[in-house]
Amino acid sequence: MKPMKLVMVGNGMAGVRTLEEVLKLAPDLYQITVFGAEPYANYNRIMLSPVLAGEQTIQDIMLNDVDWYRENGITLHLGKKVVKIDRKNRTVHAEDGTSAEYDRLILATGSLPFILPVLGNDLDGVVSFRDIHDVDRMIDAARKFRHAVVIGGGLLGLEAANGLKQRGMDVTVVHIADWLMERQLDETAARMLQKSLEQKGLKFLLSKATGQIIGNDGRVTGLRFKDGQEIPADLVVMAVGIRPNTRLAESAGIHCDRGVVVNDTMQTYDPRIYAVGECVAHRGTSYGLVAPLFEMGKVCANHLAQMGIGRYTGSVVSTKLKVTGIDLFSAGNFGGGPGTEEIVLSDPAGGVYKKLVLKDNKLEGAVLYGDTVDGAWYFQLLREGRSVAGIRDHLMFGQSHVGDTGHLGQNKAAAMSDEMEVCGCNGVCKGNIVKAIKENGLFTLEDVRAHTKASSSCGSCTGLVEQILASVLGGDYSPQPKTKPLCGCTDHTHDEVRRAIREHKLLAIPEVMKFLEWRTPDGCPSCRPAINYYLISTWPHEVEDDPQSRFINERAHANIQKDGTYSVVPRMWGGITTPAELRRIAEVAEKYNVPAVKVTGGQRIDLLGIKKEDLPGIWADLDMPSGHAYGKALRTVKTCVGSEWCRFGTQDSTRMGIDLEQAFYKMWAPHKVKLAVSGCPRNCSEAAIKDVGVIGVDSGWEIYIGGNGGIKTEVAEFLAKVASAEEVLEYSGAFLQIYREEAYYLERTVHWLQRVGMDTVKQRVLEDAEGRKAAYQRLLFALRDEKDPWRERAKEGVQRHEFETITL
Amino acid sequence: MSDWVKVARLDEIPRLGARVVRSAGKEIAVFRTAEDQVYAMHDQCPHKGGPLSQGIVAGRQVTCPLHGMRIGLEDGQAVAPDHGCVPPIPAKIEDGAVYLRI
Repeated sequence: MKPMKLVMVGNGMAGVRTLEEVLKLAPDLYQITVFGAEPYANYNRIMLSPVLAGEQTIQDIMLNDVDWYRENGITLHLGKKVVKIDRKNRTVHAEDGTSAEYDRLILATGSLPFILPVLGNDLDGVVSFRDIHDVDRMIDAARKFRHAVVIGGGLLGLEAANGLKQRGMDVTVVHIADWLMERQLDETAARMLQKSLEQKGLKFLLSKATGQIIGNDGRVTGLRFKDGQEIPADLVVMAVGIRPNTRLAESAGIHCDRGVVVNDTMQTYDPRIYAVGECVAHRGTSYGLVAPLFEMGKVCANHLAQMGIGRYTGSVVSTKLKVTGIDLFSAGNFGGGPGTEEIVLSDPAGGVYKKLVLKDNKLEGAVLYGDTVDGAWYFQLLREGRSVAGIRDHLMFGQSHVGDTGHLGQNKAAAMSDEMEVCGCNGVCKGNIVKAIKENGLFTLEDVRAHTKASSSCGSCTGLVEQILASVLGGDYSPQPKTKPLCGCTDHTHDEVRRAIREHKLLAIPEVMKFLEWRTPDGCPSCRPAINYYLISTWPHEVEDDPQSRFINERAHANIQKDGTYSVVPRMWGGITTPAELRRIAEVAEKYNVPAVKVTGGQRIDLLGIKKEDLPGIWADLDMPSGHAYGKALRTVKTCVGSEWCRFGTQDSTRMGIDLEQAFYKMWAPHKVKLAVSGCPRNCSEAAIKDVGVIGVDSGWEIYIGGNGGIKTEVAEFLAKVASAEEVLEYSGAFLQIYREEAYYLERTVHWLQRVGMDTVKQRVLEDAEGRKAAYQRLLFALRDEKDPWRERAKEGVQRHEFETITL
Repeated sequence: MSDWVKVARLDEIPRLGARVVRSAGKEIAVFRTAEDQVYAMHDQCPHKGGPLSQGIVAGRQVTCPLHGMRIGLEDGQAVAPDHGCVPPIPAKIEDGAVYLRI
């Protein structure tokens, strides 16, 4: 089949991102032609401010150079402005006579700066701040002249003013409203911002309407306000807003209403013509930030690639100012209004101001000045529209989602210098991350992880990396979308995949992928283990486990080490062992020359440095059950000696621990699950940092859930107090089963609890007695007759090929 | 001069999996894709020497089990933005048997 012709008018970020997505989804479907009015290939427009400030060069901010177009077989017409769309003959015509036919057309014409309709606006020295050409003119003016006036005290105007100041000019910002950035900030925050910008040397004239730009010999010399006051100016930058560029679309008779009107699939009123980016009006709104534009591009590409499943439903945007040393964040409705409430923290001397606006117990808007660490979290709450009733008392203090260790105890990226280490796992400093974001044009957390490895191992520093991204990209930072696809192979979320498996009784991975139209033939290392887990947890005893879709540890039932050897941790119920077991372990260690024997944090013995082919022999000689110390499964139940021995013990915690472990071992879960039982509130088994922690008291047992002692220490929350050991089993089992059935793969109990809310879990485990008993029974059913994987492999020859090397 | 050497029957290698072949003290990973193509390379990730044979195979890539670097099975090249290369070893299937040129 001959490829269809796809033409794009406009060569900016939104459009080129759309093409990248099309090429990913359907590389051979189209023959692509691009027209760009500017003489440059695709560059990162949001980095013009740092270029103006002299922190970066044009070369640094190129996203796709001309080679990229060539490599992807795209015909590129640079410096050619399209002036006509002939819809009847499906052809576009450029000013110089170049033309191209299309089967599908993308309009990505961007926006035009708004120029004040005042006398003198065409004088030499009056510029807008929109493209490389404008920046060149500003830099040139900064070399020759002294007085710069920026008209407009919004985001763009302040960034322009800051850049010109850095270039040595004397800069005055003129603004018509009573305070700066009035569309993003309330008065208090704006005054604080103004003060710090004044300390940097900028001057401000507020509530001033420009009457006329005055000039001499065709060149600007000053500004006269409507109140008669005059100020000198050698350069005037108009930064009073942008307008969608609809000129071409309108001339072709395509319906426009402020922007080019599109539906949720980014189609204009002419179904062959799509539009993306700043030129668009979607549901009456136009966007000027990158994040929504990229979302549009993704949807548009999905339809162009004939997949037909994406919808763009609008974006909530946030703002961050890209001026070094100033920390500012705003999102949503921060102005308040009927039915809203405000929580305010104001410390002008300390330079911190925070305002949160709530309505019906949901976050409506936020303004942060001086401390924007929690901006990303507030933004997430805002977009998700989640009830904050349960966390209202500490909402203002934010969510420290930065781990506790590995980055010098820092939780504010802004306070870190370039040489300070952000990612302690991979040795990545703040400066490396900033550089990678700027030089490689990165926009998302995934991009940064792929390029720098920062936060890609334990994830402890994810919050810091997000802060760095947000501060480098400003409002153009794209936070994690509200609903995230399971992985790059699909647009479906974890929830949707689970639901399909349950409702359509899907029983095998290929069946799931076919049913949900996976884009890759056999998935990837992210989705296959997830789907395998969802299948076995939804349909126990009916689904056959797929070893090739398990991480090596769960496939080989041992823990891979850095040198490719394995470790073996025999199961010792509740941490109790016997001389006979210890003797067997000692004999095995000597017989197989095990290089290291260590006691683990979970009260077990770890045999390290074992060759894979020795594993079945070792398991046979040990004759102990699998320790599951390698899997997303119940790891260990840690206990103290309890009332049997301890003079303070109130309950037999050891017995309780053994019972729990024997009841739930072999339990696969979304992530690892750790339990502990203490015999009294002194809590020697550290039950407060376990997924389920049980603490004996004189009158029974207290059950705590959602603790975590790892990357970020989380103290478990109280779930229930029960009287008997049977109830401990039932309540813990029910909780674990609901977690197994509903958490996303690789989500620990604490994160799942944060997502669904403790109230929901309490309702289902405590109040709904029927539901609790049913969930507990489902867990017992799932675990019934589950084989011991070590025994199968050591004595029954299961998966023999896994452990045998072919020697030539 | 290297020769084609028979190493296993195709059905001895799991689909979307691998087997390790030890030859002259060196370990070679032999992969089998979902469509029954076979590929071979030294069993050593260019990143930190991880055993690629133990990784998850998807499409024509394997992901190293140690730190997740993805390696193309056809050319042994790390998938961008990572850099690195494992020299591939020619492999073929004839009459249901897998041969390597070593």
